[in-house]
Amino acid sequence: MELQAERHGDLLVVRVHEDRIDAAVAIQFKDRMREVLVDAPPRVMLDLAQVGFLDSSGLGAVVAVMKLLGPGKTLELAGLTPTVQKVFRLTRMDTVFTIHPAVPDALRDAV
Amino acid sequence: MLSDLADSRIVRLRFHSDPLAVREALQALFAARELDAVGSDDRGTAEIVLAEALNNVVEHAYARHRGEIEVTVRVAAGSLLCTISDHGMAMPGEAAPAGRLPGAPDQDDLPEGGFGWHLIRALSCDLAYRRLDGRNELTFRLLTGA
Repeated sequence: MELQAERHGDLLVVRVHEDRIDAAVAIQFKDRMREVLVDAPPRVMLDLAQVGFLDSSGLGAVVAVMKLLGPGKTLELAGLTPTVQKVFRLTRMDTVFTIHPAVPDALRDAV
Repeated sequence: MLSDLADSRIVRLRFHSDPLAVREALQALFAARELDAVGSDDRGTAEIVLAEALNNVVEHAYARHRGEIEVTVRVAAGSLLCTISDHGMAMPGEAAPAGRLPGAPDQDDLPEGGFGWHLIRALSCDLAYRRLDGRNELTFRLLTGA
């Protein structure tokens, strides 16, 4: 599970360098995120642009990561590919997360 | 229904009840030439439904012991007819779950599971489950080219 984190002031951008967040890696994803999020700033943005597929186990892991952050901190999502977007929409989790079309260019260049 | 099966093409895969084997089976399935004509949106939908149904077999039917899973996809005009069979435990009440969402998302108490059957029900049609001689058989249709 390859994650890359970059801090921009009060924002931490975490890019997921994986094709899939599925049942085979959901626990691993959660565990790696737990490490990455130690001393996280109030805003965390998860860049999913490289993730072509996410199943309900992966969705559950993303929800668990949001809970790990705790009160007063937010997990935002960016770069949802079409199939991933479909899973969020059908489970209405798209109403729970702030979803950006992509990580803002100014930040992406630096990551 | 028989008429569209007459000219259908079939992909059949058999693998062990393990999450990585499910992933590999899905990758092999969608790389199969028989599915070449299926568009990317339909592929995404099919992969969601098949992944959920297959992971359910791994997690529930084979919760106590591992076993084999067989998936068959018949490529017909306008749809994919899928059959998943295994020799694991029967579904509770020998019926497929209704797949209701685990409640309206509530920021303070978000569910981390229970989405699988909702996705299967939302994206498939003609779903049927039966228990036959110690075997589970789940069939459903995925519409394509809509």
